[in-house]
Amino acid sequence: MSDVVEMARLMQGNEAVVEGALAAGVRFFAGYPITPSTEIAELMAERLPGLGGKFIQMEDEIASMAAVIGASLAGVKALTATSGPGFSLKQENIGYAAMAEIPCVIVNVQRWGPSTGIPTAPAQGDVMQARWGTHGDHPVIVLCPASVREAYMLAIRAVNLSEKYRVPVILLMDEVIGHMRERVVLPRAGEVEVIERKKPAVEPKDYYPYRPDDDGVPPMANFGDGYRYHVTGLVHDEKGNPTTDPQVAESLILRLHRKIYDHLDDVVTVEGYQLEDAEVVVVAYGAVARSAKRAVKDARAAGIKAGLFRPVTIWPFPEKEVAELAGRVRHIIVVEMNLGQLKGEVERAVQGRVRVTGVNRLNGELITFDEILSAIKEVTTDAQSG
Amino acid sequence: MLSQVESHLRSDRFPHIWCPGCGNGIVLSALVRAIEELGCDPDKTVVVSGIGCSSRAAGYLDFNTLHTTHGRALAFATGIKLARPELDVFVLMGDGDATAIGGNHFIHAARRNIDLTAIIFNNSIYGMTGGQYSPLTPPGKRATTAPYGNIERSFDIAELAKGAGATYVARATTYHATMLEKLIMAGAKNKGFSVIEAITACPVGYGRRNKMGNGLQMLLWQKEHAVTVKQAEKMSPEELQDKIIIGELYRGEAPEYTVMYEEIIARAKGKTQ
Repeated sequence: MSDVVEMARLMQGNEAVVEGALAAGVRFFAGYPITPSTEIAELMAERLPGLGGKFIQMEDEIASMAAVIGASLAGVKALTATSGPGFSLKQENIGYAAMAEIPCVIVNVQRWGPSTGIPTAPAQGDVMQARWGTHGDHPVIVLCPASVREAYMLAIRAVNLSEKYRVPVILLMDEVIGHMRERVVLPRAGEVEVIERKKPAVEPKDYYPYRPDDDGVPPMANFGDGYRYHVTGLVHDEKGNPTTDPQVAESLILRLHRKIYDHLDDVVTVEGYQLEDAEVVVVAYGAVARSAKRAVKDARAAGIKAGLFRPVTIWPFPEKEVAELAGRVRHIIVVEMNLGQLKGEVERAVQGRVRVTGVNRLNGELITFDEILSAIKEVTTDAQSG
Repeated sequence: MLSQVESHLRSDRFPHIWCPGCGNGIVLSALVRAIEELGCDPDKTVVVSGIGCSSRAAGYLDFNTLHTTHGRALAFATGIKLARPELDVFVLMGDGDATAIGGNHFIHAARRNIDLTAIIFNNSIYGMTGGQYSPLTPPGKRATTAPYGNIERSFDIAELAKGAGATYVARATTYHATMLEKLIMAGAKNKGFSVIEAITACPVGYGRRNKMGNGLQMLLWQKEHAVTVKQAEKMSPEELQDKIIIGELYRGEAPEYTVMYEEIIARAKGKTQ
């Protein structure tokens, strides 16, 4: 069995995440059972040892996140998977990874919340938790797949971005994408780009573990490789030593942001469909984008100039791309399985230049294409009569 | 010996943050002497710590050092050890860190018998936050959050570790620093989860409030209240009531986790190849 599944096959979203992660070089998984992400743990337990990797079912979600950070620091690419309640528990250590700049990937297959909610029902209620779940200002990258194949590709991308920028990356799925089965043709081994973290080019005595290169990212030595240094969640200087110096604190936190926000062209990806002449644009991500695409097709068939804008990277939010849309369309409809978490970001980006409305549902069912189509028709009629 | 010990310290980080009379430095120095005597390769030695006064010890040591989140040191250490079993991993925790917020990780690391050497600095109090009662504050003692006396029973860390599956359990006090060093060495040599409880004094956060005097007087208190395992065998439960039993308390036999996992890898490879 090779590292990468090569043939066309029927695959579940959660399974695609596992295969993508393995293709990207993930060789460590720590997790805790939780619906609807458990298949990821089960498949990792089966697949990793055969590749010489390690799987461990930890005593809780907090420990899983901690073990993943420890493994990554020891030089092994590491990933964990969970859902809303578990994601909440992991937040403190996600903040640790952001602060100590330890590459790691957290898959969150969203379910209906808050609290235990409906464990088996889809929702997109963790958009803000993914951005702001841990305390303090911190950078984070969040990717959101809309198909099984994309779950595979984004799992690879999540690992790559985390290694490249030394940042926790969240693969924000939803229950539909996690459990849906689709026919997929995946790239062959060697066809996918795999990025490794930068290694120090200096002798251990000259190594400053938190002194960045020009790109804002410091080269990373793995524990055990001869570079003895200190890692802490406290504010630290370039040596890694704790300090409360206001200047050091500020420059550290600004650099942590800069290393991501100076590379938005690399980090942020979006998909557009029929946007060229669109007058009404639907913004949707995850499973909902599938319904939205069908609605746009049907609207076009009915003579309405509709288009779809799909953020693939939802954090950092594609502000520039949405602002550009605002200059040339009449109406934006944000469709999401929550009460408008990303809609607020869209409104912030368009700054009142265009009307923004929402189609929202949170009864545990996927938003259907006809609901979105109705919304498109409604705003078109409004525009014509107004 | 002193120069060898010093060579393992990040001397530029001194003075340390600990208060006058604090016992943490004694535990730190016993650990460094043990590591030196064990002949551990500093490049392959990892020290993981949690949060609290004692956990600041990691930052003073010239090894691969990881100062983690409160209570989670063992979970981070588990990830490191499983990812790279060839590393020698020591885990430093305080009593509140290890047995309150980190209690779950503590019992499960013991249950797995993963090859980590855990050293618990037990000063009977949360020191860094200014003296709140911990699961190791004895009943009746005072703390800022137990101004009328603590009504909670305290854990016996050694019994807890043993019951959860640790294969080496020992205890010493900072008065018995040489014994502490030897116990750390024996714990590190044990292929499995080892727990060494180090009774240490917090004169500022605990002693003062409980009229136990300064750091020196608290050290003498340790001397007066410690009995060796051998002495304890001849004593009645009543006589032992306010005593601290020191020495090697338990040794057990069990398969070690990372060794078992290598077998899993061999089994999985046999199946897939």
